Amino acid sequence: MSQVFDKLLDARGLNCPMPLVNARKEIGKLEPGQVLKVVATDRGSVADFQGWAKVAKNVELVGQETESTEGANVYVHYVKRTA
Amino acid sequence: MDASAEARLVADPSRMQAIEEKLRELEKRLAHVEGQVAEDRVALVVFSGDLDRVLAAFIIATGAAAMGQQVSMFFTFWGLSVLKKDSQLSGKTLFQKMMAVMSPGSSKSLPVSQMNYFGVGAKMLRSMMKEKNVNSLEEMISLARELGVRMIACEMSRDLMGIKESELVAGLECGGVASFLADSLKSRTSLFI
Repeated sequence: MSQVFDKLLDARGLNCPMPLVNARKEIGKLEPGQVLKVVATDRGSVADFQGWAKVAKNVELVGQETESTEGANVYVHYVKRTA
Repeated sequence: MDASAEARLVADPSRMQAIEEKLRELEKRLAHVEGQVAEDRVALVVFSGDLDRVLAAFIIATGAAAMGQQVSMFFTFWGLSVLKKDSQLSGKTLFQKMMAVMSPGSSKSLPVSQMNYFGVGAKMLRSMMKEKNVNSLEEMISLARELGVRMIACEMSRDLMGIKESELVAGLECGGVASFLADSLKSRTSLFI
């Protein structure tokens, strides 16, 4: 899947709750309608981003994927600012 | 409403009045119900002064704040140690001095709830956290502030334990049980840690 995005956030190596906290900060800088791509190595971030999108009124999770590079998993999240 | 019903209403103003009254009554009840609905808030009581528990409290607090919740943390009893910047002895009673000497002087010297072994366990946990790139408690505290988490120091336990306001970090609110309840009653989640 090649999802379009407006900004990239590298959260690799960060642990809970930092990928979420940093994503929240970054998405505040985007315009409504723009998409933030977050790459993380924290496995918990997959469920965390789903939870965030469920609760928050102004974000939508438009895609998630897992990339495996050299045996290490990278979790990619595409978050859209809706308002 | 069909035409005949409308005609009946116009012909009988008292019925119109009764409906208007009923509407006002309903509006009042709706406002009352709206006042009872939980807001996007989380209220935490931090009673414990254990490093591991306090860390959990701050992870929940910062995570909730990042998810758009308004977070309040109420620090009481041993939890007040988290907010201390140093310990002073002057102007305290004997028991308060003993309390000051035997309790942690700041967040940096909090023990762990299990396997503390006179502070070795806490040092071990901190170094393991560093190794795994987990934020330190102090980083979590400043992150919480940055995210607008409100921190309230319980006035009664602070006074009881003889902790002076000058021993606590700046930027705290003070309050009692009612200020916690005012928040928790409006919150979706309240936790006692």
